[in-house]
Amino acid sequence: MLEVVGLRKSYGTRAAVTDVSLCVRPGEVLGLLGPNGAGKSTTIGMISGLTVPDAGTVALEGAALAFDPDGFRRRIGLVPQDLALFEDLTALANLELFGALYGIPRPRLRERAAEVLAVVGLRDRGRDKPSTFSGGMKRRLNIACALVHDPDVLLLDEPTAGVDPQSRNAIFDNLESLKRQGKALVYTTHYMEEAERLADRIVIIDHGGVVASGTLAELTMLPAARTLQLDVDEAVDTDMLAALPGVKRVRRMSSDRGNLEDVFLALTGRGLRD
Amino acid sequence: MNAFIALVRKDLLLYFGNRRALLMSIVAPILIAAFFGALFGGGDSKPARIKVAVTDLDRSPLSGQAVAALRADTAFEIVEAADAEALALVKAGKAAAAITVPSGFGELAAAAMFGGAKPQFVLRYDPSQAMAREVVRGLLAEHVMQTVGRSLASADSPLLADFREQTLRSTALPEPRKLDLVQMLDSIARVQRWSAPPQGAGAGEAFALPYVTREEAASARPQIKYNSYSHSFAGMGVQFVLLMGVDLGVGLLLMRRMGLWKRLRAAPLSKGKLLASRIASCALIAVIVFAIVYAVAMAVFGVRIEGSVPGFILVLASFALLTASFGLLIAAVGATPEATRGLAILATLLMVMLGGAWVPAFVFPAWLQKLSLLAPTRWAVDGLDAMTWRGLPLHDALLPVAVMLGFTAAFAALAVWRFEWEE
Repeated sequence: MLEVVGLRKSYGTRAAVTDVSLCVRPGEVLGLLGPNGAGKSTTIGMISGLTVPDAGTVALEGAALAFDPDGFRRRIGLVPQDLALFEDLTALANLELFGALYGIPRPRLRERAAEVLAVVGLRDRGRDKPSTFSGGMKRRLNIACALVHDPDVLLLDEPTAGVDPQSRNAIFDNLESLKRQGKALVYTTHYMEEAERLADRIVIIDHGGVVASGTLAELTMLPAARTLQLDVDEAVDTDMLAALPGVKRVRRMSSDRGNLEDVFLALTGRGLRD
Repeated sequence: MNAFIALVRKDLLLYFGNRRALLMSIVAPILIAAFFGALFGGGDSKPARIKVAVTDLDRSPLSGQAVAALRADTAFEIVEAADAEALALVKAGKAAAAITVPSGFGELAAAAMFGGAKPQFVLRYDPSQAMAREVVRGLLAEHVMQTVGRSLASADSPLLADFREQTLRSTALPEPRKLDLVQMLDSIARVQRWSAPPQGAGAGEAFALPYVTREEAASARPQIKYNSYSHSFAGMGVQFVLLMGVDLGVGLLLMRRMGLWKRLRAAPLSKGKLLASRIASCALIAVIVFAIVYAVAMAVFGVRIEGSVPGFILVLASFALLTASFGLLIAAVGATPEATRGLAILATLLMVMLGGAWVPAFVFPAWLQKLSLLAPTRWAVDGLDAMTWRGLPLHDALLPVAVMLGFTAAFAALAVWRFEWEE
């Protein structure tokens, strides 16, 4: 189990992450949501060992990142938000390179590279360069590069940015397959429907801290998103409803149930962040 | 080690798979070095003649001989023209200089040798060809002196007889001095008669230059001709290998931008291994590129390592490390790839210029020659020159190698200090 406790990070006087704790178990997808600048990428950076936290700990099965960084990193796969691929190396060469960096012996490298290419549906494109790939294929190869060393935990930073629905669906299938294999996935995204589909549990981050966490069902039951449905014969005076005990504000009259986006916007506000 | 080799291999694959990079690093230095080598007298090609316009206003036998002597000189291409036309040729840049032989030259020349009034030659020159002016002035003095001297001293010379008559008729000279001068001229005539060469053997050389010159190129060994391609290949190799270092440095900035650096850092690799692999791959590429460039220089342009082969290898290896640390420094201090590339190319070209890769450093003013010692490229070019055409032994490579390794250490230390590990 990946355990993150009390992470904090500041850059000068600007606090990027004030207090983030979370955990993710094998075979579980944790959705990490937050508006731009909320601290998601800094959190991912600290979990992957790219950024040294000012305080807090990151541990995998009890083994702390700080005590054995190399051992920890071997068990983590990072899928950066950018397409971090060498465009002029073939897909296989990319995978073999990243595999070699994690110490996979040379005889096993090609075999393993072919395996992950098959996982992401690029079995026949191994000898092609990513510069000839579509956006969706590059995204899948981007994920494959993080899988080549067979990590226990996969950190995915907005892995579907800019891809078409078909590719996105294929990526979801890949991730669900990995989840079934017992991998732990931390998935950051702006897309609520992605979190709704994939995440077993969701952590919402804002202003560097966790503002809510739980399953989708638990989050939609939060007071911030709860709605009251009334069946009425005549027009209702909303001021009168607002005056009822326990009702703080009548936002709108609706017969819909709250969804994750309602929760997200209720917790993080509607103001633009960038 | 597996990871280290994989990183180096990746850089080699990327570099040598990039046609533009190959063109810049290998083809460009060969072409430009070939051009500069030819320009500075490479191979057996004859140097270009200096075009000089001559106007003979005197039209005397003596002036005719002087013009003929100039025409016979292989350094000149003589064009005879009227005064105004000759000036127009120089102004238009079609001739490097114009010489006007004044009227009365033949009559006054002999007396002028003994303190009489001197006829005035006019030398007009193209100010953009100052070096040509010096050559024309020197060779003009030599040929006129020889022509007048030969005429004055040859047996039965009409010039000598005319000058004797002028002396006897002179009212300006006191009698004792007149007598001395006439006696001297008679003595010269007598000496010329009994020492005259056989018929047809040419005029005597009594007033010829008092020395002859034996010219030897002070290159590697007396039997080996200087090959100017050696210097031009050293200079252009240094320039384009440094530009390759700039490319690799900027490449690291691009890797940051593309998130690749993040991915590499997420792997279980130490910072030292990441940077060392970058230095190793850059140095290896530099050595390979230089080896290919020199292989072509040797095969096609006859460049040879006349000095110490181990010294040559040491100089190349030190320069390769210098290039790698320079590239790393660029990556460390650069902000954006675009801005960094421009500044780094400017810095490289300045270093190369100071290093004497374009124009030999001896052409620089004294202060600039001293300043150029601060440029690592100067030591690289000097080291390569020493081991190639100068044919110097190993110990002459040691100082350039030590200086370049010093620069390498300084650049690398600065790069590690300024390198931002976290985005």
